[in-house]
Amino acid sequence: MEGNPGHLHQESHVYSSQDLPQVLVLEPPPILKHYSGYFSDKFDLLKAWESSLPLNQFLATHARSARALLSPGRYPLTADILQLLPSLKLIVTTSVGLNHIDLPECRRRGIAIADAGNVYNADVADLAVGLLIDVWRKISGADGYVRRGLWATNGGFPLGSKLGGKRVGIVGLGSIGLEVAKRLEVFGCEILYNSRKKKPFVSYPYYSNVCDLASEADVLIICCGLSDQTRNMINKPVMKALGKKGVIVNVGRGRIINEKELVQFLVEGEIGGAGLDVFENEPLVPQELFTLQNVVLSPHMAMFTPESLWSICEVLVGNLENFFSNKPLISQVMDV
Amino acid sequence: MENLSVLMTCPMSTYLEQELEKRFKLFKLWHYSSTDQFAKVNANSIRAVVGDTKIGADAKLIDTLPKLEIVASYSVGLDKIDLTKCEQKGIRVTNTPDVLTDDVADIAIGLILAVLRRLCVSDGFVRSGSWKNGDFGLTSKFSGKSVGIVGLGRIGSAIAKRAEAFGCPISYYSRTEKPNTNYKYHSNIIDLATTCEILVIACALTVETHRIVNGGVIDALGPKGILINIGRGLLINETELVAALIEGRLGGAGLDVFEKEPVVPDELFGLDNVVLLPHVGTDTEETSNAMADLVIQNLEAYSLSKPLLTPVV
Repeated sequence: MEGNPGHLHQESHVYSSQDLPQVLVLEPPPILKHYSGYFSDKFDLLKAWESSLPLNQFLATHARSARALLSPGRYPLTADILQLLPSLKLIVTTSVGLNHIDLPECRRRGIAIADAGNVYNADVADLAVGLLIDVWRKISGADGYVRRGLWATNGGFPLGSKLGGKRVGIVGLGSIGLEVAKRLEVFGCEILYNSRKKKPFVSYPYYSNVCDLASEADVLIICCGLSDQTRNMINKPVMKALGKKGVIVNVGRGRIINEKELVQFLVEGEIGGAGLDVFENEPLVPQELFTLQNVVLSPHMAMFTPESLWSICEVLVGNLENFFSNKPLISQVMDV
Repeated sequence: MENLSVLMTCPMSTYLEQELEKRFKLFKLWHYSSTDQFAKVNANSIRAVVGDTKIGADAKLIDTLPKLEIVASYSVGLDKIDLTKCEQKGIRVTNTPDVLTDDVADIAIGLILAVLRRLCVSDGFVRSGSWKNGDFGLTSKFSGKSVGIVGLGRIGSAIAKRAEAFGCPISYYSRTEKPNTNYKYHSNIIDLATTCEILVIACALTVETHRIVNGGVIDALGPKGILINIGRGLLINETELVAALIEGRLGGAGLDVFEKEPVVPDELFGLDNVVLLPHVGTDTEETSNAMADLVIQNLEAYSLSKPLLTPVV
């Protein structure tokens, strides 16, 4: 084969997308927004949202041979959807929570699930601590005060509340909860927790009932996933037990808290404050919160740093590559 | 116990005022139109001054009060007190160390998280309803970033301990290398600023440390670097800092102190990579009261001829 210097150059682009293993994606994951090249170099992404066909029709027409699915964690993977994917053997999800997946159906079908492992735990824990310091020390409020010129005209700003000596009740002492505990201990906080089961090798006092935890704590930090047991778990009785000076920080899922009751308690001064990264119906946030001085609100951003997204990419791609070469998964979720 | 006449220089704590009034004869300088006007009537009675970070005991005030025996500062910082003059005249000086260390260290970490994770900006984003129109975007990770501390005293060490819990490697610059730490020592501040990603200013303001953070240090920290100041505004060249932030030569800043509080350069108000606090490092109910108690205890000890609890001079 002679001469054409462009020929060799061209050859590297000759790989048709059919040569790459196919991965179905139902809705655009944030990692694709930032790192799509990394995925599209290795996989043929079958992007359902780019088709004008309704989803069921798209899947029936194009996804029958798809063996792997990449899920950002919002679109529910119900038995009905899974039924349209007869070749599916692997779901990789960027979310650590699995409440969007019909787990019994996956078990029945032998569909393996791999998640993002522990790669963004530090970022979520950092945000929980940041929200707590902000609520107790009024950082966002004070910053706004200075920017509006009020320090110069009005003088002092209201006092905040010290972290040292406060009792922190962690709801869900999983990998994220443990990272939060590890950080807050060094601030002189006392750590208590509630979890599905008492953790061996952990010396923090355990409370089997979240209400009991609330009555002993100055703040509840929600670090657990959303499940049938945790839905609306933080409700009126828990907040009453927490008390008028109590604070709630949520980096889990919005629906773990009864949002209507939370808003009512905050507006009426029945609890002391809240730091919230997640809400029942994102991106909708109850407007009553917007005028409160004792809340700090963030738009579900706990894990969204370039470092975490990159790490998620690496783990997901690693899982997919291993799957397609019949090697063991890197971060298979075992106790589905 | 002869009733000590105490002059409080400015409003700093209602609790402290009340406790001083219970025990001593309290004069409030801000009830007079000027120090001179106060001095005309009361100069010879004042034996104690209670000052803070806004108004301490400078040479002029000391000279105005010929019977002054003790200055009890409602602060740990001593930059508003003419220590040399106090030493010369045999005037005792006390401050409030240790009781406020944790609060100041907490604010330093709070500022780092607020700057890197854009907490104030994102709170505003949600409150304005903007989240409905699109995602907020990415913010910078804190855990694991290298933290450089200028001044590894009580507060600097407390900041280091906290940052370590976030997996941050710690380095520092101090007058002398400290024994018994695992932290990396740098003998000059430029080296420290060059090698760290987050630079925290935690030293006292003295003649030597005045504007120690200048344009060279800021440039060494660089366009991805974050500068945190919980010490004193005059530790940083504020003009250079503002210019560097506006021009993007510095990645961001978290500031609790400024050169001429409560004045803050208004060029900073339009920047979303800075967090600005009105000198609240020790402003919690618990710590304000603990500081006030320490002032009272020092003055009580003095009036009973007992050893001072936290003497500086």
